[in-house]
Amino acid sequence: MLERIYKAQQMMDGACKALGRQINIMEVCGTHTVSIFRNGIRTVLPKAIKLLSGPGCPVCVTDQSYIDIVLELAQRDDCIIATYGDMIRVPGGAGSLETRKSTADVRVVLSSEDALQLAKDNPDKTVVFIAVGFETTAPATAVVIKEAAERDIENFCVLSGHKLVVPAMRALLSEKNDRIDAFLCPGHVAVIIGYGAFGQIVDEFSRPCVVAGFEPMQIIEGLGEIARQLGEGRAELGSVYTAAVTEEGNTVAQRLIAECFDCADGYWRGLGEIKKSTLKVKDKFEQFDAFRRFDVTETPTEDTSGCRCGEVLCGLIEPSQCRLFAAACTPETPVGPCMVSSEGVCAAWFKYSRRKEKRK
Amino acid sequence: MTPPAEKTILLAHGGGGKLTEELIRNYILPKFKSPALASLPDAAAMNLDSTSLAFTTDSYVVKPLFFNGGDIGKLAVCGTINDLAVAGAKPVALSLSLIIEEGLEFSVLERILDSIARAADESNVEIVTGDTKTVEAGAADQLFINTAGIGTMLDGVELGFERISAGDKILLSGTIGDHGMTVISQRKDIRFQTQLKSDCAALAGLTGELLEKTAGVKFMRDPTRGGLAATLNEISGQALLSIQINEPDIPINPTVQAGADMLGFDVLNIANEGKFVAVVAPDAAGACLDICRNHPLGKNASLIGEITEPGDVAMVEMTTKIGGKRIVRMPYGRELPRIC
Repeated sequence: MLERIYKAQQMMDGACKALGRQINIMEVCGTHTVSIFRNGIRTVLPKAIKLLSGPGCPVCVTDQSYIDIVLELAQRDDCIIATYGDMIRVPGGAGSLETRKSTADVRVVLSSEDALQLAKDNPDKTVVFIAVGFETTAPATAVVIKEAAERDIENFCVLSGHKLVVPAMRALLSEKNDRIDAFLCPGHVAVIIGYGAFGQIVDEFSRPCVVAGFEPMQIIEGLGEIARQLGEGRAELGSVYTAAVTEEGNTVAQRLIAECFDCADGYWRGLGEIKKSTLKVKDKFEQFDAFRRFDVTETPTEDTSGCRCGEVLCGLIEPSQCRLFAAACTPETPVGPCMVSSEGVCAAWFKYSRRKEKRK
Repeated sequence: MTPPAEKTILLAHGGGGKLTEELIRNYILPKFKSPALASLPDAAAMNLDSTSLAFTTDSYVVKPLFFNGGDIGKLAVCGTINDLAVAGAKPVALSLSLIIEEGLEFSVLERILDSIARAADESNVEIVTGDTKTVEAGAADQLFINTAGIGTMLDGVELGFERISAGDKILLSGTIGDHGMTVISQRKDIRFQTQLKSDCAALAGLTGELLEKTAGVKFMRDPTRGGLAATLNEISGQALLSIQINEPDIPINPTVQAGADMLGFDVLNIANEGKFVAVVAPDAAGACLDICRNHPLGKNASLIGEITEPGDVAMVEMTTKIGGKRIVRMPYGRELPRIC
């Protein structure tokens, strides 16, 4: 193992020398971010390699107005909110699901199937499934939408906050942060969409895109491969996650997504509106679309808390550059979503890296 | 023909009348042999062979009541014994308080009482006093147990944060995360190829041997809720010293690791119920490790790191498998499953 680490380190050293400047590599996936911090990967990289944590944590990129809709629905006596655990503590404009738990019926589920089961078990209530996540969780949402339609489970609906990774990468490079030299691409998403899907970023922006799994060695070797390309002045599509990822991905899952959702413009926290970047429930299944059933829409507003999660998610600043970080904003008292989510960048910084203690 | 309805606990079983008497005389007392308990006095009178005592209490609310490797009863006995054991005491007697939700099946209660009796017997600890309450359906989740324990301090043993100094070694008695992952996986109905098993066990035998045969143990604690991370942070915070640990030296069952990875948990934060962490003088570390490894409950024991002088602040730092460094912080309180 040490030899493989050494080899990747040498690639990175070589690239830094060849370019003669700092190299900025963005990991787009929250699971990568956590693995990088948990394994101390930053501490074994050359100083000139800078890792930026991107918008790859689904909770973190969910717009506050979406959370506000969830909170609004949670207040209704006729609704049960079924959500993945990570969403429970995310602050909206006024509180979070956790603070509403005493008055609202909020259930944490591990899968979309659990949410549908809740609807079957509670026929007198409408179960609203808070469907967030990237291409990884979208197929599971599609499955329950189809099942609800086939079995006429009318008291079930989905508030789709699903998002697509590639449009966000494109938006980042074209609008927010052109200093990103390469992307370490998410393994889980690539299992579904195939590593080939990142080819458009390579073609359009000439940036290396390399898919890696979540083991520390995978990440280091992915970074080594990126460095090799940069050192040689090339930008290619690659994958070191050969055990799980194919070029075309999981076509069954892709078909499920296409069957139930349309690509739509949508809001991302920090990145604003991105064209064709979210998944909206298809007209054919409109009765299972919570947005339409309750006639609610996302209306993004200015965040006045002073939270700089948006800039953190674009790799423009590090968490420690935010005035709130580790002072007003901690995992116990989170202000922004990046501190709430277990895969959030700020939480990872807070938990795993050395920092100067700030006074509250 | 419908089978006869199973006999269940009624509110009246806690009412202090005939049904309470029946519950105690017919179901609880026969399980426990203690002469102190037999006459149901208001308080147990005991003769102890030392006046230096350790006294502790803990409540148990685990769900599900039964899990692979144990149940709430065994846990309630072992957990309290372990609190006495890591304080340097020989456990002598326990109290047993049951808070039972109306509707609990007698068969379930009996299985748990049997388990309590077995666990207490195995550790030579008597249940000397107790209490039973019932609450209406919904006011408790099946069964809550409180045990208090009393033990006599082992001769010449002095454990405390103040004895810890830089250079001391950190001894961990075995694999971590087994209990927490077992309970979580059973609660969430997650199945693994290899079945997980809680490490729930009473440690007084092993800690007693360690303290009697060596003089180098300075402090002990059982890493229950909050896991190894919480215990190490408590030690660092109280002793005002830093701790350096080495990830490859921390024994972890691969299935536990796989389950934690799947749910996005940090194994260092997951609860244990049959492990202890000891801070030992460097010259005694080898002997302590040998004693542990020769005991069935310590066969995977390992020296995982050492106490160091603090930098700006006392902290716990880990060298990872790939040779990187990271901080190990006090866990927030509960881990939330990740969503993708």
